[in-house]
Amino acid sequence: MTVESTAARKTTRRSSGTKRTASASTSTTKKTSTRAEADAVEPELVQLLTPEGERVQHPDYDIDLSAEELRGLYRDMVLTRRFDAEATSLQRQGELGLWASLLGQEAAQIGSGRALRDDDYVFPTYREHGVAWVRGVDPTNLLGMFRGVNHGGWDPSTNNFHLYTIVLGSQTLHATGYAMGIAKDGADSAVLAYFGDGASSQGDVNESFVFSAVYNAPVVFFCQNNQWAISEPTEKQTRVPLYQRARGFGFPGVRVDGNDVLACLAVTRSALERARRGEGPTLIEAFTYRMAAHTTSDDPTKYRRDEEREAWEAKDPIQRLKAYMENEGHADAAFFEELEAESEALGKQVREVVRAMPVPEHMAIFDHTYADGHALVDEERAEFAAYQASFANGEAE
Amino acid sequence: MAVQKLPLAKALNESLRKALETDPKVLIMGLDVGKLGGVFRITEGLQKDFGEDRVVDTPLAESGIVGTAIGLALRGYRPVVEIQFDGFVFPAYDQIVTQLAKIRARSLGTVKMPVVIRIPYGGGIGAVEHHSESPESLFAHVAGLKVVTPANSSDAYWMLQQAIQSDDPVIFFEPKRRYWDKGEVDTEAFPGELHKARVAREGTDLTLVAYGPMVKTCLEVAEAAAEEGKSIEVVDLRSISPLDFDTIQASVEKTRRLVVVHEAPVFFGSGAEIAARITERCFYHLEAPVLRVGGYHAPYPPARLEEEYLPGLDRVLDAVDRSLAY
Ligand SMILES: Cc1ncc(C[n+]2csc(CCOP(=O)(O)OP(=O)(O)O)c2C)c(N)n1
Repeated sequence: MTVESTAARKTTRRSSGTKRTASASTSTTKKTSTRAEADAVEPELVQLLTPEGERVQHPDYDIDLSAEELRGLYRDMVLTRRFDAEATSLQRQGELGLWASLLGQEAAQIGSGRALRDDDYVFPTYREHGVAWVRGVDPTNLLGMFRGVNHGGWDPSTNNFHLYTIVLGSQTLHATGYAMGIAKDGADSAVLAYFGDGASSQGDVNESFVFSAVYNAPVVFFCQNNQWAISEPTEKQTRVPLYQRARGFGFPGVRVDGNDVLACLAVTRSALERARRGEGPTLIEAFTYRMAAHTTSDDPTKYRRDEEREAWEAKDPIQRLKAYMENEGHADAAFFEELEAESEALGKQVREVVRAMPVPEHMAIFDHTYADGHALVDEERAEFAAYQASFANGEAE
Repeated sequence: MAVQKLPLAKALNESLRKALETDPKVLIMGLDVGKLGGVFRITEGLQKDFGEDRVVDTPLAESGIVGTAIGLALRGYRPVVEIQFDGFVFPAYDQIVTQLAKIRARSLGTVKMPVVIRIPYGGGIGAVEHHSESPESLFAHVAGLKVVTPANSSDAYWMLQQAIQSDDPVIFFEPKRRYWDKGEVDTEAFPGELHKARVAREGTDLTLVAYGPMVKTCLEVAEAAAEEGKSIEVVDLRSISPLDFDTIQASVEKTRRLVVVHEAPVFFGSGAEIAARITERCFYHLEAPVLRVGGYHAPYPPARLEEEYLPGLDRVLDAVDRSLAY
């Protein structure tokens, strides 16, 4: 695997990008998929930064970023990874019940997220911690549901970032409906909907493709193909590259190197602009890798080999941008040192906030179920209160 | 006699293995059921031993899983479908309710629908949203489906095989928080009928009716009550649809008091059905109204509040005291 991927990487060096770049697509998909891959047209992978950190050009998706902007993307990725690592260790220490790590998917999330305008709206699934970060959601807000103190707990309209959705694919329909509303209002904002390669099999996702195409809704579907849906590889979901599905629904699909933050930014920006112009939906497939376990409850040694992960480590999104910035002199040692300190401070803050997160008081079970009140809830709440009080009295006696 | 002490999860695994061995038409289908052995390891090792054609990893689409299981059943197979968690059965709910449940009746009884849908259900494991629900009433309400739930390893082993042998669709709810509890399994003893309730503990002062995860809780309640000199009978329903009212009736005629306990919300829950029927059947025997203990009319709460939400020893004992006070 490693040898194969090194060879593949060489072919993409300095390539125009319009070539059929085999790098991430064929070298890393598992052996069983070769038949399907061979049947299909070999997918094109938009890449602007090679795994070695060399800048390559692409005729459709070029992008020109200042040194400051590059440093910003890098900072986002580093801090997101630090946050994620802190959450993982908090889970191990028993402070969180569960954690779904984004390790390896930072470029896909930061690149796509940084393409958004403030008035755009995001529908995440449950792993979009990097997108939440760029939307300005306080990262500790994401931890309440994993700690078991709430089921989300933030107001989505504050940052135009919807609640995490655990039932796979449901949110893609909400995204489409929201986008239909934008179009009805004559506004020019757009919607970005996230889902995984596994979720692409759900009926809801396919129905969202139908609706968005029919109503020409300004929505961009961003599928992070991290190669696995718990233990199932992508070929258990599809026999054609996922981005090619869009065509059958009547809108364009594009596969982007999901470990290349520049390409993710450029491709998403272009799709969002297309949506704003009233030209309808786009499907982006970010070809990336889930470096960690599916969640902290999962045991990937049961179904995948270490070599696969090692091959992807060579494509690390953060190292790649760092190499580029260093080579081009876009950042100095002081920048990296300061960022290191900032990371540590973030980790410390997250740890402190999580540990101090209060368990909601008992009566919160009944809160917010209805806007208008409900006689049964009132009755049950009163019974529950009396029951709880009976203990307090008993203890006092 | 082959008696073994097995955790409930392992008993289910052995049961599936037996079913696969016995009948070549039995298939296992679902997410992650192959190499991983399912997220709760109920299908562990089965793909290795029976191959990918018998233990089938499916695309991530519940409606697809159940819908194709219906087609396979039409073709003579006996699919046993795994839904990963209770809250994820709903994408398949349409297929289950509008198709699976009705095909036999629509074909005037000519078509069999031997599909089993296994669903780990209930709370108490500290999980995130949609991983702790008890939707049994939603299925019991639908004619054409059978709904069963074992409470111990022996029933897990036998009831699952009986469900697979049934020509009707069976929704097989597994009490996930009891997966790791060990119990004796006699793999040769003649099993009781699938839809017959069981008196899990004899008593004379009051009947507790429960099923699935709450049976253990109710046995603990009976134990605690015994220390206070109260004699509690515990009935384990085993089957929710059909429901064995005769066994409950016989118990209530003896004890004259009934408390029904389940994790699912009380409102429109199975306890309501039991209370209504037993009131009809035992009106002159009852010394107290039938009481129910269960979940509230609120979304299943976050993990750190679930102990307040779930019926525990104290809440059930409280209902026992209220009933005895009449
Ligand atoms: C409808 C539904 N079925 C099953 C699950 C259980 N589940 C949670 S995550 C997951 C895998 C999802 O894979 P993918 O969509 O590729 O996203 P990833 O987790 O890899 O980011 C499964 C099966 C669920 N959350 N929702």
